[in-house]
Amino acid sequence: MAKYLLLKHYRGAPAAVNDVPMDQWTPEEISAHVQYMSDFAARLEKSGEFVDSQAISPEGTFVQYGGEGRPPVTDGPFAETKDLIAGWMVIDVDSYERAVELAGELSAAPGAGGRPIHEWLELRPFYGTQATATDCPWK
Amino acid sequence: MNETLLRSLTPNVLGILVRRGADFAAAEDAVQDALIEAVRVWPADPPRDAKGWLVTVAWRKFLDATRADTARRRREDLVEEEPASGPAPATDDTLQLYFLCAHPSLTPSSAVALTLRAVGGLTTRQIAQAYLVPEATMAQRISRAKRTISEVRFDQPGDVATVLRVLYLVFNEGYSGDVDLAAEAIRLTRQLATAIDHPEVAGLLALMLLHHARRAARTAPDGSLVPLAEQDRGRWDTTLIAEGVEILQTALARDRLGEFQAQAAIAALHADAPAAEETDWVQIVEWYDELARLTDNPVVRLNRAVAVGEADGPRAGLAALAALDDSLPRHTAVAAYLHERDGDLTTAARLYAEAAQKAPNLAERAHLTRQAARLNTCRPR
Repeated sequence: MAKYLLLKHYRGAPAAVNDVPMDQWTPEEISAHVQYMSDFAARLEKSGEFVDSQAISPEGTFVQYGGEGRPPVTDGPFAETKDLIAGWMVIDVDSYERAVELAGELSAAPGAGGRPIHEWLELRPFYGTQATATDCPWK
Repeated sequence: MNETLLRSLTPNVLGILVRRGADFAAAEDAVQDALIEAVRVWPADPPRDAKGWLVTVAWRKFLDATRADTARRRREDLVEEEPASGPAPATDDTLQLYFLCAHPSLTPSSAVALTLRAVGGLTTRQIAQAYLVPEATMAQRISRAKRTISEVRFDQPGDVATVLRVLYLVFNEGYSGDVDLAAEAIRLTRQLATAIDHPEVAGLLALMLLHHARRAARTAPDGSLVPLAEQDRGRWDTTLIAEGVEILQTALARDRLGEFQAQAAIAALHADAPAAEETDWVQIVEWYDELARLTDNPVVRLNRAVAVGEADGPRAGLAALAALDDSLPRHTAVAAYLHERDGDLTTAARLYAEAAQKAPNLAERAHLTRQAARLNTCRPR
């Protein structure tokens, strides 16, 4: 009934508890992590709460209008950019509490040493449908 | 092939199967099989009694499936005693479906999906499109809902309030894709109103009709919001308003007030005013007082503050607002509006901009941003 975006950051979010870069994990730990994520998504598909999810490359390009009759200007990625999105998942759940619960679960994905990463995930609600007149009858 | 006919018969046929003892999921499968059969056979050989045909075929499909399933021997005993097909009021079967689909064991989104599917006869794809989720997601949601209620005994009376809440959720979703959920909710509530004599069902139906009547005027062609006071009242659907008012009056006359009737009364007072400035705000405040007695919903008290601002002036409205938790949705927007009416344009502009940040949807955010911009550009800095 309400859609939320779960944002996973490469950087920009506060540090995770189990904060070891992924390239220093064992291959088994990486497999376990990937498996956890895909199991999580599969479970949400079954519960009817899954909308979509994608991982995105750390390489990005800034694009800007170049002016009348000119091609767009491209630049970046900017080294100083503080935030970097690693991937996202969209869920459709009954309540904010449920969205928080699921984000907490996703944050528990295993990392180095097989222990939960405790990474910070950003939870952002989608703008909803139009308000009903009952919610704001003066409209 | 008459799809509208098939769709209107589906809940009836489903209800009959469930009443005969089929569990919900099995009954639904059987009805779907029967519909496929109908699509195949009817064009060449149309039945005289479409509903009877569907019931017979669906029941046979159900028996076949049950008999084939050895693990479900228990149900086999049940179907051996096939009930006599005596006359039963058609509406009762559908009514039972309403209660089942709105069962308290279901989450709101599951109840909504199941109601649209079983009572509304919509396809899973249509429901998924309306809610902007993948079809597979909606299919899972529906099949989970069916599993959840498969153990529910069907002989207990359902809770009308739960059914009304589900229908109201459907109405509020608006529409996207090829299904207009507001119209669908009205259709289902009408159907419910013919099946059950309950003042709040009438109250909800009236409320929906009165809101729906204003729909064309509530948004500009570019999708932006048009506030009530600025709406072109010529674009309100007077037929729907008249019907809503009549249904409401009949319900109110029975003197069993509930929150939907009270909300409908407020909507009726707005619909009644030939011009915004002729709105009977004093009576609207009285209805909000009734509504506040019936429900502890804080949104009601927020709306009441707006009405008080119109009836007794913006200062009175701000006083009423001051008594409320300022974290309430739209609290800031209301404060902005009342400050503007009170002549404090600087505060109003700041609050409009703040309210825009908190707006729950894009149309409202754009509307509030425009209000802030209007004040910022018209007053000297």
